[in-house]
Amino acid sequence: MSTAPATTAPAADGAPRAAARTRQRWTSTRTYINAGIIVLWCLVPFYWMVLTAFRDVGYTFDQSFWPTHVTLDNFVTAFSTDLGNHFGRSLFNSFFIGICTTAIGLLFGVFAAYALARLNFRFKFIVLGFILGASMFPGVAIVTPLFQLFTNIGWMGTYQALIIPDISFVLPLTVYTLTAFFREMPWELEEAARIDGCTQGQAFRKVIMPLAAPAVFTTAILAFISAWNEFLIASQLSSDATAPVTVAIASFAGAQPHQEPYTAVMAAGTIVTVPLVIMVLIFQRKIVAGLTAGGVK
Amino acid sequence: MATEAAGRTRSRGRKQPPGAPPPQRPAGSGRETAAPEPSDRRAKSQGKWATWLILPSLILLACVIVYPVISAIALSLQKDQGLDPATGMFVAGGFAGLGNYIGWLMQQCPAIGGGTVSCAPGTLGAQFWSATYNTFFFTVITVAIETVMGFWMAMIMARTFRGRGLVRAAVLVPWAIPTAVTAKLWFFIFAYEGIANSLFNANILWTGSEGPARTAVIIADVWKTTPFMALLILAGLQLIPNDVYEAAKMDGATAWQRFTQITLPLVKPALMVAILFRVLDALRMFDLPYILTGGANGTTTLSILVVDQIRQGFNAAAALSTITFIIIFIVAFIFVRFLGANVVQNTNIVDTKEKS
Repeated sequence: MSTAPATTAPAADGAPRAAARTRQRWTSTRTYINAGIIVLWCLVPFYWMVLTAFRDVGYTFDQSFWPTHVTLDNFVTAFSTDLGNHFGRSLFNSFFIGICTTAIGLLFGVFAAYALARLNFRFKFIVLGFILGASMFPGVAIVTPLFQLFTNIGWMGTYQALIIPDISFVLPLTVYTLTAFFREMPWELEEAARIDGCTQGQAFRKVIMPLAAPAVFTTAILAFISAWNEFLIASQLSSDATAPVTVAIASFAGAQPHQEPYTAVMAAGTIVTVPLVIMVLIFQRKIVAGLTAGGVK
Repeated sequence: MATEAAGRTRSRGRKQPPGAPPPQRPAGSGRETAAPEPSDRRAKSQGKWATWLILPSLILLACVIVYPVISAIALSLQKDQGLDPATGMFVAGGFAGLGNYIGWLMQQCPAIGGGTVSCAPGTLGAQFWSATYNTFFFTVITVAIETVMGFWMAMIMARTFRGRGLVRAAVLVPWAIPTAVTAKLWFFIFAYEGIANSLFNANILWTGSEGPARTAVIIADVWKTTPFMALLILAGLQLIPNDVYEAAKMDGATAWQRFTQITLPLVKPALMVAILFRVLDALRMFDLPYILTGGANGTTTLSILVVDQIRQGFNAAAALSTITFIIIFIVAFIFVRFLGANVVQNTNIVDTKEKS
């Protein structure tokens, strides 16, 4: 009783205050309802996939919203090669292609981004425009000539035939995300370190690298996810031996020719997705920062 | 960031070490003429450095983008080789000029005994305009829905409440799932015996006819890509200072007025960039309809048509991919030129003051 007047307006206008408090409570309730709808809309389909992945194949179309007929058989089926599926191999392929593409994208991107963020030079605007344009480039426009080129030089279905085209969208992504990050970095600290007696190399190693590491790491996650999710180019240029997971899942064969092996596909989808989802949940802040860094001022 | 940008001018920029600030004078007074000599030399050496740092990336991009595009144009000017239906002989193709392009645009196919006829219904050649229509139909509908829903999500996420982090993390889940998996997931949801039919108590063969097939593609696409839109809009919303709203409230502006007079105009640059990104992405839509409906029943997009054509003759496919590229380029140009989606200026990566 005695603390109330200290923190709020005098007791004389108690009625409006109560009204304001009700209104505020109503606003916050509305916020929570909306937030709840957003969370459900985003997560329920994903939950449905995971749920089905653990459901016995005989109960594929069970409509229960809770786990029923729980089994791990679908995961066994997903990895089985009896029906001509190579899911295990495709997991390795996706990792390999994703890591190679990300490494190349970062290696080249870091230098270009440093120059774009830190140095003044002519044609900077044109270079940036070109890189942004390249990031929105349609994949179909390069898949036809590459199909013909790789057929001619015998590269069809090789890893390099999948990694090289992926660079076309991963490198622009790394360049503009890193540029955005580098612009925000406190580069004065480098000068400060020099003034305090560091050599240029020491200043780079001890000051700049630790500062830039989170940016590079976030960019690596974004680049890896985009390479991991690629489908169009891989669907045309890969073979059974080099197909990444997206292609393997899209063409997953069941026991009967025209019957979709739903539960096994959902199991495969779960395996492909859950690591990404965990990564996204852990690095949520960084990923949002990275996604929007290249986007909007 | 904003104050830093405002204080920077063309001749100063970051060339001066922050430890030794230049003599105090108002920004913009004689900055063009008073550039000191050492700074000029420094700019030149920076230019040289920049060239060496950027050149590898540009060369690599030229190899993986510019070379294929030029080679696609070269391919598109050749005739596809194949059996001549009149003679039964293998013909090597040869120069076609713009024949492939005209073939697609007029929906003409090579005829027996030379010349061209209208492509038979159902063949790829007869689908150019319907594929173009489908592509734009999907683009307009999905981007419109995603803009409205993305705005709604962003407005909610911009508020402060307990569990805001959870909402932002949940929103990232559809974004992180590969489109190929998304397509398979919605294929299962839209199966005849699937959950969609049982929820709505319907017996729709979702992939069996035009309306439902398109609806399925649109719903799956909206689910997958609205989060990206929402996060870009959210980033724009967060740049609006709160005191603007407070001041408007003081002056008695209603919530609707605050939305239309403050939020919309101030978030517009970010919104236009987000829409541009999404439009260009939707125009090249491939994975979702290709896996979800196989491109059947009015869901064939231009990208699907190109891919289907590759194995039937890549000279014609190259022509179609070039047409697709030109269409996307024109749309991007219209956006940037007329609708004010100034991507380079509105993005974080360039300071508009130093576009030299």
